[in-house]
Amino acid sequence: MSDRVALVTGASRGIGRAIAVHLAADGNAVAVNYRTRSDAADEVVATILAAGGRAVAIAADVGDADAVAGLMDEIGETLGPVSILVNNAGITDDNLLLRMKPESWDRVIQVNLSSAYLCTRAVLRTMLKARWGRIISVTSVSGLSGNPGQANYAAAKAGLVGLAKSVAKEVGSRGITVNAVAPGFIETDMTNQLGDAVREAALPAIAVGRFGTPEEVASAVGYLASDAAGYITGQVLVVDGGLAF
Amino acid sequence: MDRAEVEAKMTDLLVEELGLDRDKITMSATFDEDLEVDSLGVVELLMALEDNFGVTIPDEEAEAIGTVGQAVDVVMEKIGG
Repeated sequence: MSDRVALVTGASRGIGRAIAVHLAADGNAVAVNYRTRSDAADEVVATILAAGGRAVAIAADVGDADAVAGLMDEIGETLGPVSILVNNAGITDDNLLLRMKPESWDRVIQVNLSSAYLCTRAVLRTMLKARWGRIISVTSVSGLSGNPGQANYAAAKAGLVGLAKSVAKEVGSRGITVNAVAPGFIETDMTNQLGDAVREAALPAIAVGRFGTPEEVASAVGYLASDAAGYITGQVLVVDGGLAF
Repeated sequence: MDRAEVEAKMTDLLVEELGLDRDKITMSATFDEDLEVDSLGVVELLMALEDNFGVTIPDEEAEAIGTVGQAVDVVMEKIGG
């Protein structure tokens, strides 16, 4: 059992849930952050506790600076200072750019990218003191290659890469690594919304011939969060089954 | 706490937190040139000052700190000395 505390944002379902469960299984205490799905978040905590781990569910809209400050205070009081941050919270609001309203653009940028800035800034203080930290942002193949109908999402996700590379250079000397994981098509609520036609068109482009599982993304995050990955920073680890996008 | 005590504590923090050479630390020493402390190091020092002296140093004031003596000035002002 490590004495480290991990925060996973947007961890009530999908990839975030799998990351929370995986980090807890690795011996970390996990703060399961969610915005509205409290029942789902409680289920994630129950799963972790049943497996002998430690976790608490904490609600916060991580796109909001005050909410992030409150979130960090509460984690500090219940679990301790955060040494592993996983910026996973993300939403889509798809449309062609020509039709995309400013609110739709702003909200996706706020929840997907600005939240990572807010959370990263908040945890660096304690990570600097501890001279150890792991910051991992969940980007997307969409952010790396672009995707029609997802200019806002892709821009935000690509932004996470620039953020990771810059902060990695700022804090690397203090034992803090900052990386990104880029999932491809993963079986979650987000991709279940894609119609059959889209899924069937995507499969031939995936070398391993199937969608990935949330646990396969969680494994990549778990590795980057470990001591063993201390010489990896400013990198994007792509988990997409060999997708020719 | 009087100025002499703050200066002594400041020097201790610089040695302990930033690993600086005690002999090089004077009140007129500049962080960037004389002590070769990088910008992140200054941020870390300010965090240590906040924790040790129980003060809060806003960014605008922090940015104006160039020498050890100026850091002491800010702390003295905050603790009401």
